[in-house]
Amino acid sequence: MSVLHIVNKSPFDRNSLDSCLRLARPGSAILLIEDGIYAVRDNSAAADRMRQALENHPVYALQPDLQARGVGEENMLDGITLVDYDGFVKLTTEYDKLQSWL
Amino acid sequence: MKFSILINEGPYTHQASDSAYHFTEAALRAGHEIVRVFFYHDGVYNGTRLSVPPQDDRNVSERWSALGQEHSLELILCVAAAQRRGMLDEDEARRAGKDSNNIAPGFEISGLGQLVDAGIQADRLIVFGD
Repeated sequence: MSVLHIVNKSPFDRNSLDSCLRLARPGSAILLIEDGIYAVRDNSAAADRMRQALENHPVYALQPDLQARGVGEENMLDGITLVDYDGFVKLTTEYDKLQSWL
Repeated sequence: MKFSILINEGPYTHQASDSAYHFTEAALRAGHEIVRVFFYHDGVYNGTRLSVPPQDDRNVSERWSALGQEHSLELILCVAAAQRRGMLDEDEARRAGKDSNNIAPGFEISGLGQLVDAGIQADRLIVFGD
């Protein structure tokens, strides 16, 4: 069973990203939306955790939410794939289960 | 594919209702079916017809009503969550002896069973909240 984990909170606000990374099985994917976007930066305190996550999971981020927060793509960790809402919908069809970490 | 959408957060709070709206639009654009949009907890506030946001801001409940009308969507407010928060349709207002009602066009009040059913009917249930 494949799972798409959706994280919508900043790693500096809640521990939902950490909970997700602790429990997500290798191969399941992670999608960062809303304030979850703040985990994409390559120079933040969450960057090492995210680098490790990228070794085990495909990681996606919602481009309109990235843009809304003024996070430049040039400051993003390598290996994260940007999707728009059409891509978001497509992802949800490619994984069997959707887990929102609220 | 069949989708159901669950919204647990009110409008203008964080971003849940906006994200859910854009997701629903994109799913419809891709030709998917939306079985039901279920509003739970503070999410029921998305169904008010008395919201008056500034003119240069989006009107969240009107936007849902319009999308619902255009695509014949089921927009369901959880009855227990709605009653607690003063979200009443004509029937509920009469039953509770209240002098008014405030549900936007296209929204309906129904029970939690509709959420269970939405999960069963759809291939994917996606949750938006705080």
